[in-house]
Amino acid sequence: MTAGVSAIAATAGGGLLPLAILLPALGVLLSFLIGGRRSEWIALGLMPLELVVAVGIAYFVWRSGQPLVYTLAGYTPPLGIALRADGFSAVMLVTAGLIAPAAALYARANIATPQELTEKRAPLVFWTLLQGIQAALSLVFLGGDLFNLYVGLELLTFAAVPLVSLDGRPETVAAALRYLLFALFGSVFYLLGVALLYGAYGTLDIALLAPLIRPEPAVWLAAGLMTAGLLAKTALFPLHLWLPPAHANAPAAASAVLSGLVVKGSFFLVVRLWFDVLVGLPGVIPGTILATLGSAAILFGSVLALRQARLKLLIAYSTVAQIGYLFIMFPLGHGPWAADAFSGGVMQALSHAFAKAAMFLSAGLIAESVGHDRIAELGGAARVMPVTFLALGLGGLSLMGLPPSGGFAAKWLLMKASVEAGQWVWALVMAAGGLLAGGYLYRVLAPALSGESPQLKKAPARGRERVALVLALVALLLAFAPPSFFAFLQIGRPAAGLALQ
Amino acid sequence: MTSATLAGLVGAALVGLGLYGLIANPQPLRKILAFNLMGSGVFLVFGIVARKGAAAGLQADPVPQAMVITGIVVAFAASALAVALVLRLFEAAGQATLDPDAWAKPPDGGAGAE
Repeated sequence: MTAGVSAIAATAGGGLLPLAILLPALGVLLSFLIGGRRSEWIALGLMPLELVVAVGIAYFVWRSGQPLVYTLAGYTPPLGIALRADGFSAVMLVTAGLIAPAAALYARANIATPQELTEKRAPLVFWTLLQGIQAALSLVFLGGDLFNLYVGLELLTFAAVPLVSLDGRPETVAAALRYLLFALFGSVFYLLGVALLYGAYGTLDIALLAPLIRPEPAVWLAAGLMTAGLLAKTALFPLHLWLPPAHANAPAAASAVLSGLVVKGSFFLVVRLWFDVLVGLPGVIPGTILATLGSAAILFGSVLALRQARLKLLIAYSTVAQIGYLFIMFPLGHGPWAADAFSGGVMQALSHAFAKAAMFLSAGLIAESVGHDRIAELGGAARVMPVTFLALGLGGLSLMGLPPSGGFAAKWLLMKASVEAGQWVWALVMAAGGLLAGGYLYRVLAPALSGESPQLKKAPARGRERVALVLALVALLLAFAPPSFFAFLQIGRPAAGLALQ
Repeated sequence: MTSATLAGLVGAALVGLGLYGLIANPQPLRKILAFNLMGSGVFLVFGIVARKGAAAGLQADPVPQAMVITGIVVAFAASALAVALVLRLFEAAGQATLDPDAWAKPPDGGAGAE
């Protein structure tokens, strides 16, 4: 059992793993302690360091071709807690390390402490909790213990919920409260599943637990409870009700992080659960259920996006639809097409993170410059703010799945895998979802490109437009990911070994 | 029926009652209480799990107890955050309802408030 030994012993470069969690956590503490305007500088100062750590982790994973492991205080599991980084975690860490500073740069203009004040509630909360989200995401991506992951998941929720109600209007507070209640339902279910798994096997370490899992009632119950809980936090149809008001009412910079990163945290854990922990369960039937819910989300979310009157709500409903694509990979996890399906699912998570962040930032610029975000009255707006609409449109390209974009690569891989597996129904749903996405983007872009231009309240700032544009371009560049990138994603996956046999 | 089975069934019943309350009650404060009821049920299940360690000759398995303590802290923090939001909602709007139709749509897409 060499795999078992290497999964427990600490590896070279493993010292970076706690750093990825501690740096943003340190930022949170310092921001609370020092406060005021300096919370912004602490966040902006630490973010480049955190990105360096994330890239460093990716480098060590790539160089060794094996997951990085760090055992806290030198205690090995099951007594101690391990942090692990495989290819998927490293990629998600880098993604979070890029999108959070982009949102921060964008937010500097409108979520800043006013000159005449030493401290204001909304900026302090934003800058502190943005770092809180980074710390929690790092813990979720690196945690090797199911209970430790529960704590990471809760931190993520507690950091994300107040960002929704940053401006304190009653409807945003109501949206935040609804989000919190859904999330709490999710966490109790997840925790109950953890209790059942511990009761059955006496360990919660992922590497130790995976070989023990047998298809027995307690495990099925735990799997169902944990998955349902995580789905509520990921906002998969029919548990999506909280997402549109929460994401549409938050300030644009917060929406970008919530839609781009926070929902990916709980999605990441669904993947961990089914691909790394529950490998001993026959995964086709639960996978089919997940993909059916995902298909319903694609169709339902897209149709509702078509009917929205406000741009930010349209983008939020398109998040509901795009989350659906993430779950198509689950019934395709066994067989020669498994690697393609996994790559497609991860690619969808990455490209949606960048594209959706770009779109929310552009929508924020549009709402600020035009003074509203009613789609019917945005006619001609693209002619006075072309760069903003370019970023919106390029992000939309990825949502539709048109080449060249990360969204195209993702949907192509998923379609290929589902046709090869003989489950072509998923391919049909994805094609329909692409057409519907084209429809809702046309509703925004076509009128905006023609007609009388509106009078702008103020021109969008160049720097903030560029932030959105760069994010949209990254979503496009993902289309050119080389095969070695997909090989990197397979590092540390037990299912990869099974598929080869 | 052993006491462990009984306690496990009570835990399951608490989770079920809490879940019903969380879904069926429209008032946010009652939803928060229902969430705490669910949490208590889960903690009771953790207690039973700790007893399983006792069957192996140990006094009691300490790991689930440590997890329950962490879980209680998390549930307490969650309840505090939720109650703070309810109070804030009541202050800002004079009512604490989650019905989305109760709120007027912002005329400017939230642009002015950002």
